[in-house]
Amino acid sequence: MKYLIKNFFIAARQVFIGNTAYYLWIVFLSVFILLGLSTYIDQLQRGLITTAMRDQVSWGFYISNFTFLVGVAAAAVLLVIPAYLYNFKPIKEIVLFGELLAITAITMCILFIMVDMGQPMRVWHILPVLGTMNFPSSLLAWDVVVLNGYLAINMVIAFYVLYRLSIGKEYKMSVIGPLIILSIPWAVSIHTVTAFLYNGLSARPFWNASILAPRFLASAFCSGPAIMILLFQIIRKRSEVEIDNRAIYKIAELIAYAMGVNLFLLGAEAFKEFYSGSIHSYPMQYLYFGLHGKNALVPWMWFASVLNISAFFLFLFPRTRENFTTLNMGCIFVIIGVYIEKGMGLIVPGFIPDTLGEIYEYTPTTPEIITAMGIWAVGAMLYTVLLKFAIPIYTGKLRFETRGQ
Amino acid sequence: MSSENKQERGVHRRTFLKGAALGLAAATLPGAEADASIWESFFQKHFREMNDKEIKQVIERLEREYEQKYKKKISVGNEKALPGVLFGYGLDLSRCIGCRRCEYACVDENNQSKDPQVHWITVLRFKKGEKWVDLEESEKYYNPPLVPEADYFYMPVQCQQCENPPCVKVCPTQATWKEPDGIVVIDYNWCIGCRYCMAACPYGARRFNWADPNRKPEEINAKTHYLGNRPRYKGVVEKCTFCIQRTRNGRYPACVEACPVGARKFGNLLDPDSEIRYAIEHKRVFRLKEDLNTYPKFYYFFAYGV
Repeated sequence: MKYLIKNFFIAARQVFIGNTAYYLWIVFLSVFILLGLSTYIDQLQRGLITTAMRDQVSWGFYISNFTFLVGVAAAAVLLVIPAYLYNFKPIKEIVLFGELLAITAITMCILFIMVDMGQPMRVWHILPVLGTMNFPSSLLAWDVVVLNGYLAINMVIAFYVLYRLSIGKEYKMSVIGPLIILSIPWAVSIHTVTAFLYNGLSARPFWNASILAPRFLASAFCSGPAIMILLFQIIRKRSEVEIDNRAIYKIAELIAYAMGVNLFLLGAEAFKEFYSGSIHSYPMQYLYFGLHGKNALVPWMWFASVLNISAFFLFLFPRTRENFTTLNMGCIFVIIGVYIEKGMGLIVPGFIPDTLGEIYEYTPTTPEIITAMGIWAVGAMLYTVLLKFAIPIYTGKLRFETRGQ
Repeated sequence: MSSENKQERGVHRRTFLKGAALGLAAATLPGAEADASIWESFFQKHFREMNDKEIKQVIERLEREYEQKYKKKISVGNEKALPGVLFGYGLDLSRCIGCRRCEYACVDENNQSKDPQVHWITVLRFKKGEKWVDLEESEKYYNPPLVPEADYFYMPVQCQQCENPPCVKVCPTQATWKEPDGIVVIDYNWCIGCRYCMAACPYGARRFNWADPNRKPEEINAKTHYLGNRPRYKGVVEKCTFCIQRTRNGRYPACVEACPVGARKFGNLLDPDSEIRYAIEHKRVFRLKEDLNTYPKFYYFFAYGV
């Protein structure tokens, strides 16, 4: 018990002590968190009327961000597969940071769902035993199960590894091996279930297409690793963690394949919709060309397409893939491209035209955007704090006290 | 910078966050001045998991709350479905003149919010000779000085009370379900406001309370049903219930009574002598979006050929 308390303080001190840049970063994020909190409190008091969502477009920016972040969380698996199955050492050493990102992304997902709820105090109604979870009928119930399960798996793996390292011991694969193996299909499942959540609605032809889940996975395997590549470079620069270039190049190569598949699937979707030209193609027409003079998303979608195609070529050729300027450009392109495509570009056209043929153009309100930025700031702060705590343990600078010592 | 200073900053940040957390709590949690009934309301069970005694207590609490809020007595009924009854609706498109009287009667009866405006019935207008069955070319904001207009025809849409309702299938908390008499209802005290049902509904029938429902107390219909027209809350979904508070007491829905041309028919699908059965057996009826296999109990037909 004595050691537990002592170790708790050792760990906590890590988080509260840093250099000026660290404090500035925390203050910077706190400002956004507080701003987000204030717009959210206003939303709680006045209702979701503070957003631009209405009966016609009943999900918007919050659910878009949620969808994108499920992809980011799922992509941690992309690191786990080569690391453990093929024993690719350069990646294996940095899997931990991917798992911490998954924990962060899932936390943000849960926050985005919470702010989208009309009655957040009643969230317990969705839980099994306590509430009346509609399992297995509702895909949202499935999502609650798989997202929380994924969060738990990644927390157990990450904290077990950190704990073993912190007491100066190697972690035992016999303990976390099965969990790591489980986490691979589980990561695929969180994004598949989230895709099915939209996919299963026959009322929305744009989502009710079997290509949805594969496209979800393909685009997630672009954006998640792209974020990882950028984060790895920051971690490498700002700490003593060594990250092998080979790991980064390997991840970039995987992004090229994933983006290739993503673009192919997009092409397949576009062909089916536009060649057959039935009324089910209207949402896609709205997205890329506008419908009845309404075209709020058109420039965004073309922008995203240009970014995604450029990124594909940047990642495809070893020369641009292994040059950090072009590599980072590619990463930023992918992140923005997929954020548009798998965010607003996926959610909003599901509702346009609505089921009675009306076109309600949705653009998020300022409070809606500020609340979302607050959640992104929470995510950035959580990841920072997790790293602040994990990196010294990882590099061997921080060790807990144990009886043996 | 000395470590003392740093420590202080850490504390500041924590106090800061604590303050923010308190603010958040104040906004969501009931304050000290609030009635204890808010906690009762928070811990209220799912409607279908309560026994008769518990339902009675909940209804008494709701009536107290409504009286406090609207300064008038509002009765909340709990009439159960009658055995051997399956409600069905018929709408004669050859008669409808697009006057929207059904829409307004519905609002008067069912206590929808006036601001923001909530309507459970949407009357769609189509141009004669243009395509219409897929609803993509519909116009819901038509506003001519007089109806009917020569070149147009009209189709009111409301909850179709599907036998295979997609909204019930997707609701993550079972807050919406199909009653034995076929009416799809919502427990407004159980709905978490996720709006998945709205995404799933092929008929745009579900409405969300984006803000606190706003209605003058003198305009409130005081005869209500727990699963129907009792006053709702912000952040929950609502929709047409075939006027459950009326139809379970042997009356017609308000829209049926309001229709000036008799385009609306209502009755028991299990009663071979009912008007609705007559329409189904003698007219060529169709249902909206039949390809989706939702099996609505809302039948459209053309009684005569104009």
